[in-house]
Amino acid sequence: MKVKSLSAKIGDWVFVFICVIISIICVLPMINLAAKSLSETHFLIRHEVYLWPKGFNFEAYATVLSDAKYQRAFVWTTILTVICTLVSLTMTSLCAFPLIFPALKGRGAINIFITITMFFNAGTIPNYLLMSDLHLLENPLVLIIPSCLSIYNMIIMRSFFYGIPDSLRESAEIDGASFAQVFLKIYLPLSKPVYASLALFYAVGRWNGYGDALMYIKTEKQWFPLQLLLYNVLNNQNSVEVAAQEGFMQPGLKDSLKSAIVMFSTVPILMIYPWLQRYFIAGVTMGAVKE
Amino acid sequence: MAKREKGKYAAPKRKFDKVYFKRYWQLYAFLVLPLLYLLIFKYFPMQYIIVAFKEFKLNMSVWKMPWAYYKTGPVLQTDALKYFKTAFGNVDFRRALVNTVRLNLLDLIAGFPAPIIFALILNELRFKKFKKVVQTIAYMPHFLSWVIIASLCTQLLATEDGFVNAIIAACGGNKINFLGNPVNWIITYVGAGVWQSFGWGSIIYLASIAGINTELYEAASVDGAGRFKKMWHITLPGIKPTIVVLLIMNLGYIMGGGFERPYAMKNNLVTEVANVISTFVYKVGLQDLKISLTTAVGLFQSVVGLFFLLTANAISRKLGERGIW
Repeated sequence: MKVKSLSAKIGDWVFVFICVIISIICVLPMINLAAKSLSETHFLIRHEVYLWPKGFNFEAYATVLSDAKYQRAFVWTTILTVICTLVSLTMTSLCAFPLIFPALKGRGAINIFITITMFFNAGTIPNYLLMSDLHLLENPLVLIIPSCLSIYNMIIMRSFFYGIPDSLRESAEIDGASFAQVFLKIYLPLSKPVYASLALFYAVGRWNGYGDALMYIKTEKQWFPLQLLLYNVLNNQNSVEVAAQEGFMQPGLKDSLKSAIVMFSTVPILMIYPWLQRYFIAGVTMGAVKE
Repeated sequence: MAKREKGKYAAPKRKFDKVYFKRYWQLYAFLVLPLLYLLIFKYFPMQYIIVAFKEFKLNMSVWKMPWAYYKTGPVLQTDALKYFKTAFGNVDFRRALVNTVRLNLLDLIAGFPAPIIFALILNELRFKKFKKVVQTIAYMPHFLSWVIIASLCTQLLATEDGFVNAIIAACGGNKINFLGNPVNWIITYVGAGVWQSFGWGSIIYLASIAGINTELYEAASVDGAGRFKKMWHITLPGIKPTIVVLLIMNLGYIMGGGFERPYAMKNNLVTEVANVISTFVYKVGLQDLKISLTTAVGLFQSVVGLFFLLTANAISRKLGERGIW
């Protein structure tokens, strides 16, 4: 190796500098928000809080955490996310595993049947009419069942399964193992990375999603996921009711409260994703390497 | 896929093979639920598409609804395409159509190169730990919901007390109304999209860069190539196939439209540029209950979208790259 020239070293530091700037741009909005959520009201009214909280206090968080509505939404969304992730992973496995067997008769037809759904969507209104006919409107199941299988994720899982040597399952099959056993004993234990990755994708999708709830649930507000509640609060829907309940009548409290609610609904995911980085990188890359 | 289908373990030829079925029934049992799901939730709703050609009546089977008609006095004139004509005569729809294409195009122009540039920058980092930290931070916005990103925008970009305007004011500039002015709002919308996706989008390019033979770089160094020469002559050509495929696929989604992002980011001051097809369908269909009209709009979007996707895929294959299926 040559010893690096001075200009190359300076170049290295220029790129480090660029990356620092990019990182700051990424986290700055969150820091701004966190500072606001931890600040005292009168500093907010005077527009003095930007990156560092002034009049440090947890009042806004205390208000949010003691509010039954947010507690409820938080617990419900957590339960919903766990259920959705488990159901979706099961459905995805059920779909992906059989399709890796070349000997499966009708595999070509099944693949076409599946692929068509990736390209053509009936549309918002036909889907709504379907939910209506299935009596899923105003029903918490509408947040679970209609989105329980993503074909894109299925393809990622199938690609991963293809990567597991055929010889492993063939020897098990010769020993008389059933396909269910082959899946549970061989494929499942070897596929932890793809399961971690897809679990994260499904969980984030459910935790962050609000469009389906907005369309399919109007009156049964107890089933609102956190993000929809958040949307309504931030956009001051039903403003009279909300204002009275949240104490929004006091100016300034509004901003710290809003910030606290946003932090409260974001932090869970922000705590989880860095630990799964290795896995989701594999998952994203896998999605691009399709069979 | 095709290669595997006719592999060495080809299925027995007989029409119904007891031995085959006894061996493989479990796999079919696995497939029952997923296929039933697709049938009910992806294929079944397609029957309701016919509503686009009919007069929607509550509590009536879609098959029994009358074909769309114009009523002039006592005379009914049937015209199945009535709602498609109505849609294109509707100013709001035409505007939503233009907005959809405009926002998607701008997203593509600004959002497509960003992850490539970011991947190239990351690739120049020599300190592995630092690189990993930067990556983790850059992936963060991808995990935020659009409700939250929209809220971050309103807080950060507010004219009076937003952080960005405070900086602008401190530098002696005039405060900018980011969210209330149509042009500024479009910039904000596209910027938020870039912010949300550039880190996540870089994953695929980093993987592609990792696949480039390192000997090429060593050889180039020996020949005296500098950093940018290597970037231009080795890295970029190395990831060109990935870039081409992703570009074409993105072009295929030009008529597509998520709902959550525009719905969360729009505000009353900018409806003329912010209203896209998906928000139009939600408002006019599910709130004003013009079911037939919005079904027609949705069908139009699906069909045009399908056309773009198939064209994109065909081009991708012609260029010798992999298609999406």
